[in-house]
Amino acid sequence: METKSIMIVGVGGQGSLLASRLLGNVLLQMGYDVKVSEVHGMSQRGGSVVTYVKYGDKVSSPIVCKGEADIIISFEQLEAARWLPYLKKGGHLVTSTQKIDPMPVITGAAEYPDDIIEKIKAQGVDVIAVDALSLAETAGTAKASNVVLMGVVSTKMAFALDVWEKAVEQCVPEKFLELNKKAFKLGREAG
Amino acid sequence: MKKLMLGNEAFARGLYEAGCEIASSYPGTPSTEITECVAKYDEVYAEWAPNEKVAMEVALGASIAGARSFCAMKHVGLNVAADPLYTAGYTGVNAGLVIAVADDPGMHSSQNEQDSRHHAIASKVMMIEPSDSAECKDFAKAAFDLSEKFDTPVIIRMSTRVAHSQSAVEMCEREQKELIPYKKNPQKFVMMPGNAIKRHPEVEKRLKDIAEFSETSDLNKVEMNDTEIGVITSGISYQYAKEALGTKASYLKLGIVNPLPTNIIKDFASKCKTVYVIEELDDIIETHCKKIGVDVHGKDTFSFLGEISQAIVAEKILGETTEITEFAESVPVRPPVMCAGCPHRGLFYCLSKLGVMVSGDIGCYTLGATPPLCAMDTTICMGASISGLHGFNKALGAEAEKKSVAVIGDSTFMHSGMTSLVNIAYNSTNSTVIILDNSITGMTGHQQNPTTGKNLKGDPAAAVNLEDLCHAIGIKSVRVVDPYHMAETEAVIKEELEKEEASVIISRRPCALLKYVKHNPPLKVNTDKCVGCKQCLKIGCPAISIHEGKCVIDHTQCVGCGICTEMCKLGAIENQ
Repeated sequence: METKSIMIVGVGGQGSLLASRLLGNVLLQMGYDVKVSEVHGMSQRGGSVVTYVKYGDKVSSPIVCKGEADIIISFEQLEAARWLPYLKKGGHLVTSTQKIDPMPVITGAAEYPDDIIEKIKAQGVDVIAVDALSLAETAGTAKASNVVLMGVVSTKMAFALDVWEKAVEQCVPEKFLELNKKAFKLGREAG
Repeated sequence: MKKLMLGNEAFARGLYEAGCEIASSYPGTPSTEITECVAKYDEVYAEWAPNEKVAMEVALGASIAGARSFCAMKHVGLNVAADPLYTAGYTGVNAGLVIAVADDPGMHSSQNEQDSRHHAIASKVMMIEPSDSAECKDFAKAAFDLSEKFDTPVIIRMSTRVAHSQSAVEMCEREQKELIPYKKNPQKFVMMPGNAIKRHPEVEKRLKDIAEFSETSDLNKVEMNDTEIGVITSGISYQYAKEALGTKASYLKLGIVNPLPTNIIKDFASKCKTVYVIEELDDIIETHCKKIGVDVHGKDTFSFLGEISQAIVAEKILGETTEITEFAESVPVRPPVMCAGCPHRGLFYCLSKLGVMVSGDIGCYTLGATPPLCAMDTTICMGASISGLHGFNKALGAEAEKKSVAVIGDSTFMHSGMTSLVNIAYNSTNSTVIILDNSITGMTGHQQNPTTGKNLKGDPAAAVNLEDLCHAIGIKSVRVVDPYHMAETEAVIKEELEKEEASVIISRRPCALLKYVKHNPPLKVNTDKCVGCKQCLKIGCPAISIHEGKCVIDHTQCVGCGICTEMCKLGAIENQ
């Protein structure tokens, strides 16, 4: 199988590491060769962060370049716009509708673009936009929006539900398991 | 059992399986997790040392004692540890000594993108370079054997993408090693001139022996496919080349990057029509090829700057580009910022307001340089804030002393700020040094340090008392402030700047991300009182923004630190 590429993008601190681990777990269960490339250190501090997940028969490079991503999972609207050039023609964009102003917008040096999701759709891109934050809060905590988004993404990937559920069980600490199971379910229903 | 592991985690597994006994490191992105992960194995003693020089000396001492030993650092850390490294090259080892150095092409989390291979060449020490997690484990194990076989420290060169990518790793059992008996051997280990001069020929001979070994070592791999294009490469660049070129090219993947082989390169190149050297940062393999008379393309095709990628290889060698969809409008950048509730914020707002020259240092607080705070003038390397300030003040005199400060974190102060503070006391400038004590090594992801009272394993440890230490160094005026109280903090800074003596201000408040730190409920804006004056935006808190003329606090980020309430003269920011 040709290598598939997924990107998880968002703002440092939004929980993309758990999302990538969950996805990696699913892909390993399915018997693929998997590479996951993460960001640590300085850029984690509220900056724009990206995680690459690649799978196939044999994966070489751990990173994804422009025009290569089959799916982009975005935790925030502006980040969806930023990383759009990485989406392959015909790829899927799954994004949370959450907005977080970057510092140049806070200081007034730049403006947050309006109607990002509509504009991306107008470019002919397949977009699923979900209010992951509200769904996560319904599940019990805003922190679970990463797992909500994974629930949404699960509808775009042809893997059985029990594989996803097993991944959630293996990646999430016991005391938060019920909450995250609920978050995943809410995401899957919204997808 | 196969497991998805970070390169660093797999490296740690390799150390464990190879029977490593002692690990001593200083944290530094992207190397930190190797030591954090190896600390989880009870069979391995692991510690955070105050700096990389100390760490390497600990590891060398343990090797001399007869235990397989290890130390890790980021690329710039090897500059700090260069002193022991270059002479450890002369002494060699007793039990295996492995050094991990993690380069950061693209500067994801570093102040420069130096190429550590230069240190291996200059110290004449063997260096090997893995390209994925499975190799991280295998190379770590091989490195101990090579270290003992050739009586040399062995450096393993990591890079950000190898260190911080996960791929599948097969786990094996640990091979418990007997200690190699320690024998006093001053000719080998006392490096005074009369002994060292006899070690140098050993070093040169060893390099030749390793180069010869490299010709047949299975750490170097040849993959013959189509021979129109030949690629000589190492580390992560191999993965990029492989993805871009597949079977359209043949590959010589060098696992041993110092010393480089000659015959296998000549042999490989002779079978390929056009040969490219694909290497990130400097032209080390390329220069070697040209030196041995092999005609290759290298930096005429690829850059000295930043990272390579499969897209760059495809474009440069095959002339292929990919069609892309750009978002039609400009997208504002999102630089990293101090977190909501970060204790450094209040301190830097005070410095910004006072308009002083700020001699900065390495850590989360380097973000004080960014808008809107813009409260930093220099950042060079670990500890340079304090020594740099002393030089600045010596050059500009008494007036500068009243308008300049150094800022340095607790961990950075222990790393190499202490000696700089000794210099201020000893050679007397009336400098003002601010130690940002957030009770943790923050930027690298919360490592303990000698001031925190805990060791790497999380057990209680002796804690350096910063106040006592500064007094002992000879600083009489040592004050402690809470940066959440900005008015008081500003007043103390003003007082200390005015004093005709050197002083230290300890700005003390634990990192807001520490698990034990209890957060207050998020604050909210009373829209009846808020007039949209934007005063609260001046502290650069990521949780505060302005929408439709009123300030808004993001309840998912706000930790209720309350420093914004000091900014709002109208009292519009309230408790929930």
